[in-house]
Amino acid sequence: MASNKKYWKSVEELNENSSVVKTLQENEFVEEIPTDDFLGDKETLEASSTTRRDFLKYVGFTTAAASLAACEGPVVKSIPYVVAPDEIVPGVANFYATTIADGFDFANVLVKTREGRPIKIERNDLSKYGDGVNARVHASVLSLYDNNRLKAPLVNGKEVSWDDFDASIAQKMNEMGGKDIVLLTQTFASPSTSKLIQEFTAKYSNVRHVVYDTVSSSEALDAFQNKYGSRALADYDFSKAEVIVSVGADFLGDWQGGGYDGGYAKGRVPKNGKMSRHVQFESNMSLSGANADKRVPVTPSQQLQILKALTGGSASGLPENIAEAVSKAKAQLNKAGSKGVLVTGLPNVAAQKMVLDFNESKGSVVMDTAKPKMTRKGNTAEVMRVLDGVVSGSVKGLITVGVDPVYSFPNNKAFKEAYQKLDMSLAFSMKEDATASLAQMVAATPHYLESWGDVQMKKGNFSLMQPTIRPLFNTRQFQDSLLKWTGNTKNYYDYIKETWTSSVLAGGSWNQALHDGFVESSAEVSMEDATADEANMTLESGTNNGALAASAQNGGGYELTLYTKTALGDGQQANNPWLQEMPDPITRTSWDNYLTISAADAKELGVENENVANGALNGGYVNVKMDGVVVNKVPVLVQPGQAKGSVGLAFGYGKTAAIQEEMQTGVNAFPLYKDFSSVQNVTLEKVGGVHEFACVQLHNTMMGRDIIRETSLEIFNTKDVEEWNAVPKVSKDHQEIPVTSPDADLWEGFDRSIGHHFNLSIDLNACTGCGACVIACHAENNVPVVGKSEVRRSRDMHWLRIDRYYSSEESLEVDQDKKEGFSGLFGDNGSLGGFGELEDPSANPQVAFQPVMCQHCNHAPCETVCPVAATSHGRQGQNHMAYNRCVGTRYCANNCPYKVRRFNWFLYNENDEFDYHMNNDLGRMVLNPDVVVRSRGVMEKCSMCIQKTQKTILDAKRDGRPVKDVEFQTACSAACGTGAMVFGDINDHESEVYKEKKDKRMYHLLEYVGTEPNVFYKTKVRNTEEV
Amino acid sequence: MKKVNYRNLSSFLSFLLLALLLTVSTTVSAQDQSAATDTTAAASSEAAPAEGSGGDVAAGKDLFNANCAACHKLDRKATGPALRGVATKYDRDWLYQWIKDSQAMIKSGDPQAVKLFEEYNNSVMTAFPQLSNTDIDNILAYTSQPKQVVQPPPGGDSATGGSGSGDGVSNNIVLGALALVFLLLVVMLFLVTNTLKKIAAANGVEYPEKEPRTPIWKAFIQNQFLVLVTSVFLLLTAGYFMYGFMMQVGVDQGYAPVQPIHFSHKIHAGDNQVDCNFCHSSARKSKTSGIPSLNVCMSCHKNITEVAPETATEEYSKEFYDAEIQKLYEAVGWDVNEQAYTGEEKPVKWVRIHNLPDFAYFNHSQHVTVAGIACQECHGPVEEFEIMEQHSPLTMGWCINCHRDTNVRMEGNEYYEKIHEELSKKYGVEQLTAAQMGGLECGKCHY
Repeated sequence: MASNKKYWKSVEELNENSSVVKTLQENEFVEEIPTDDFLGDKETLEASSTTRRDFLKYVGFTTAAASLAACEGPVVKSIPYVVAPDEIVPGVANFYATTIADGFDFANVLVKTREGRPIKIERNDLSKYGDGVNARVHASVLSLYDNNRLKAPLVNGKEVSWDDFDASIAQKMNEMGGKDIVLLTQTFASPSTSKLIQEFTAKYSNVRHVVYDTVSSSEALDAFQNKYGSRALADYDFSKAEVIVSVGADFLGDWQGGGYDGGYAKGRVPKNGKMSRHVQFESNMSLSGANADKRVPVTPSQQLQILKALTGGSASGLPENIAEAVSKAKAQLNKAGSKGVLVTGLPNVAAQKMVLDFNESKGSVVMDTAKPKMTRKGNTAEVMRVLDGVVSGSVKGLITVGVDPVYSFPNNKAFKEAYQKLDMSLAFSMKEDATASLAQMVAATPHYLESWGDVQMKKGNFSLMQPTIRPLFNTRQFQDSLLKWTGNTKNYYDYIKETWTSSVLAGGSWNQALHDGFVESSAEVSMEDATADEANMTLESGTNNGALAASAQNGGGYELTLYTKTALGDGQQANNPWLQEMPDPITRTSWDNYLTISAADAKELGVENENVANGALNGGYVNVKMDGVVVNKVPVLVQPGQAKGSVGLAFGYGKTAAIQEEMQTGVNAFPLYKDFSSVQNVTLEKVGGVHEFACVQLHNTMMGRDIIRETSLEIFNTKDVEEWNAVPKVSKDHQEIPVTSPDADLWEGFDRSIGHHFNLSIDLNACTGCGACVIACHAENNVPVVGKSEVRRSRDMHWLRIDRYYSSEESLEVDQDKKEGFSGLFGDNGSLGGFGELEDPSANPQVAFQPVMCQHCNHAPCETVCPVAATSHGRQGQNHMAYNRCVGTRYCANNCPYKVRRFNWFLYNENDEFDYHMNNDLGRMVLNPDVVVRSRGVMEKCSMCIQKTQKTILDAKRDGRPVKDVEFQTACSAACGTGAMVFGDINDHESEVYKEKKDKRMYHLLEYVGTEPNVFYKTKVRNTEEV
Repeated sequence: MKKVNYRNLSSFLSFLLLALLLTVSTTVSAQDQSAATDTTAAASSEAAPAEGSGGDVAAGKDLFNANCAACHKLDRKATGPALRGVATKYDRDWLYQWIKDSQAMIKSGDPQAVKLFEEYNNSVMTAFPQLSNTDIDNILAYTSQPKQVVQPPPGGDSATGGSGSGDGVSNNIVLGALALVFLLLVVMLFLVTNTLKKIAAANGVEYPEKEPRTPIWKAFIQNQFLVLVTSVFLLLTAGYFMYGFMMQVGVDQGYAPVQPIHFSHKIHAGDNQVDCNFCHSSARKSKTSGIPSLNVCMSCHKNITEVAPETATEEYSKEFYDAEIQKLYEAVGWDVNEQAYTGEEKPVKWVRIHNLPDFAYFNHSQHVTVAGIACQECHGPVEEFEIMEQHSPLTMGWCINCHRDTNVRMEGNEYYEKIHEELSKKYGVEQLTAAQMGGLECGKCHY
């Protein structure tokens, strides 16, 4: 029955005489529809001969024509070479050994090229010093195809030819005769370049050469130079260490050039019941701290005291718990004797010298001073003089090579103004960066993959850099320019060859050296050295002690430690979308830098981090102040493990020049890099606003679940495997049976005993979380970049992620005990409150990393739910994904217990909404032609690099031979420098992976689900033994 | 299900049309005779000068092709000079000496020899001490022949046309006769019934008056069962054809686009027996068979600047083919007169015929080198293709069928030794198909 109720929309309707109601009743639309606007003026409309009928005819015709035209397939053109180079076979990859030396990262690498295009960086397995191949090095191939690179040399902002450029340089150099010109370069560590610069400065005596490391290791260099004579860095072989004590040195990160993780990991894998013991004193949570057996959060000023105490001084003045940790560490160092090593990252010459003296006095076998590392040269005192000289006007000309001082000098506002007033400013740069955009002349330089070069990374280890592609743009190497300007007619290739034949090779083969990418030689090659800072040799008299001298706690300040992030480093590759989207191993946050702060300090400041409705992380802002310098609106991220009273901020972000808008992320920390000291006293001021982080991990603790298995060395050595690495049990007919038993199985398994059966082993002891595998996977599998806002929506496409878990109590083990101890819902041991507590990471948590990719389950839950059979299993153990078959129901992702499937919510290539490398012709050159680029609406995931296993098998078939064990590789296992990832065929009982599978540390992730994965992990063992 | 290919419909139609045209064509093979007279005339003119110079032209031709043709052409500069009429340019004895050992002459400082040597970029001519003076005479006799005027290709067109029309005529006669017989039968039937009716009327036989019946279409509509059956049948038929149509969308079997250079596989792989892998060398080791780069073409075409007269067909004349070779020279930047590269390259933009979608991975070397499958298995009788076309449908069903049927070639391949032993035990067979080796797994081709 109809109701006679009256419904009303607003109170106004109750007023019967309301004019508003009346107008609303009379007019359908509240506002007049602007019909005139779209119908145009009447005259033209009437004058038009097109009738409505005609219009419909046209519409009909065009629709029909369009659909007819669409029926025809596109015509694809194929253009072969006119004269094919001998070495190129279309479809077959070539590999070249070369060396990256961009002033921050130095490493021997192999470059994979297809049809003459470099598409991937691999480790050079021949090289003993290949450990520097980190995530940035893997990603450097994409920086080659950077759309924002300089395409030609510029004079006063106009593109010119090189001849014109040389002419204007010659003229300028004449004009500048007698005036002070500084040649400010990155560290080249190159014998030939060093010689060449000497020739150049000999010709132009008013030019002096100053080396500038954007992120300085000057104090360590000074200390080494004062002690051993040459300006270099002591090298450390952590594989020989039994006890490692680090005071503020992130040696698994970029400390003193980095590249130590391979050696470190070797000593961390328990062998014959032994592994190294690692104690870390630090303020920021770093990779090294995360991997340490014992981590003590201390502020930088405390670190100095700790260092003194460790090397013989007293621990007085330190809080009791820290003092105890120090004395224990000291005892262990003493016990280890020559097998112990002490390292520090404090920006202080005296501190660095103390460490060198200490290791020397112990006769440490870990430290190598005879063959030191040459990858840093910069002297901050000299650089400071240049800075002051430019600002005061005494330096008239500045030539910058591979560095961007306008961006990275601490005093960059004053410097920027002075730089523009220089008589001569010449920048050698790959991009029109902050410096180059202000320089009068810009010499466009090629990427290292387009250049010749030589590098002495470590004394006696000479490497060669060779071009792997013809220069994409009209660029010229710095060295070739110098040759030209010194009147030398040779090109740089001949010049290097000459240097090498005369000194380095000592009769060896040049071709062999070029093939290998490096050569070991005892040749002494003179390299120009800056003079060491002789002053500041005692701790107390130091002027460059920065925050170290006085405790920052007076006056409510914070001690800031500036650091470099795994992804961006010093920021040279800030325009690289792979690196921007790579989550930081510790914070799991991408597309940003931020001030890391302890939870207690954040509470005091009133700054919060919170997860909003869609799970994304939001945070507040602070202004960071330091005598006169203010960095505004720095987002704050609460970092478990950050020492109270200290904060951390990463370099390399906040670039605005020569970088596309999407990549202009974070804040520039260099203004805070006063006196090039990484430790500063700052004050913080909370400001309004909410910052949106792109954090990929929403849940930071395991809450006592069986995800990462961990045990102590003592238990590992003494207890039965059942106690620390038990196979989960299920109940069948009221009897406990192991979940791996066939009785507990729902499925009929494949017979996998024949042919290959691939397995991937991941050793959680060796994995340092460096993330090289993440980028290698991106490069190999054409994984798209989705951008910050999509990452916030948890739509990141990483096929391989490295989960990082914090413990909620003091260790992960205690978490588990706590969970086991829950009884009932309420009360002290109640699970209701207990689980809540377990969600929060501890103030100084234990940290564990776990790389997770598709586990390639033999009983895959995803396969059974796919309505179109787009995902199916192969006999070789791989879980196949046929993209062309997928209709995008996402059932599989929902049914995957490991959450490794990724859905293409959008078309990520050739789409202006995702303006990353896949949206321009240049960037697409990096794509791997053997792997399809996925389209919108399909699911994708790790394929266990089936294209690589297939290729290996085919190569063997073609040669008519069995496959050798080391041949099978995935992109991640090949990129892993620590040996944490081992891939191979478990049907080959001689293989490495078979041995790993039989190891007693082996377990499967979420084994109790019964998925029988083909990826397995090895229980993490921590050396918790105190003396 | 059977694939309905509409592409063939058009070709079938055109064939019908052709046949029709030919039936009405009345050309008689009148030209045959005139062609015959031409050839005899040419033969007689051939013989005349040979007698004059005192050498055996036929023997000379053989010797020339065996020894000289690599560097010399009769009418055109190649590595060495054009040789027609060379006997009149130089003294006969000088020629004997030069041919037997030109370097000796140059060393001895013979001015004519040195000049010639320098004119041709100091390229050393192979010495032929094995040639006797008679041999040289024969060769010179061959080179002294006047240039032949190329005959227009004989009218094969009409000849084949004639025979074709003959076939058409006989068929038509048979068909016509049949139609006539049929017509006669119909007429006879009509006459017979008429006569019978008349007889019946005459005999007074009555036949019952027919009741007016409902028209057939009304009856049809009233019979609901029939309507249902028919509509089901119609729907099924429509579905069948629809499916056929849909399944051929994107299948480009028979795709034979016009290429920038008319490259005849028939001439190269068929007539001249050039191995497929000679040009498509990367098929042995790479996933792509590789369109040969132009320097591969030039390894032969540096010397082959024109086709032989007998290569020409009724469809494509010699001039046409020669012009195509000129296109190659233009693309690669080869100056025929100077015998040198100009450096002006214009890469050829071939139209790709086999377009496998990106999501399917296919590797030539797997099939060519490992499996030893002949190129023709998938690409068809390429050696007969004047114009290259896509022979196979390149559909997944086509791949899969082959993988099901084809045995893996394992003999002598150590890779397969262990796997074969175990797998053949498991399946209880001696030979294993690609499918049994895992050749049907999705991920093997889709990644």
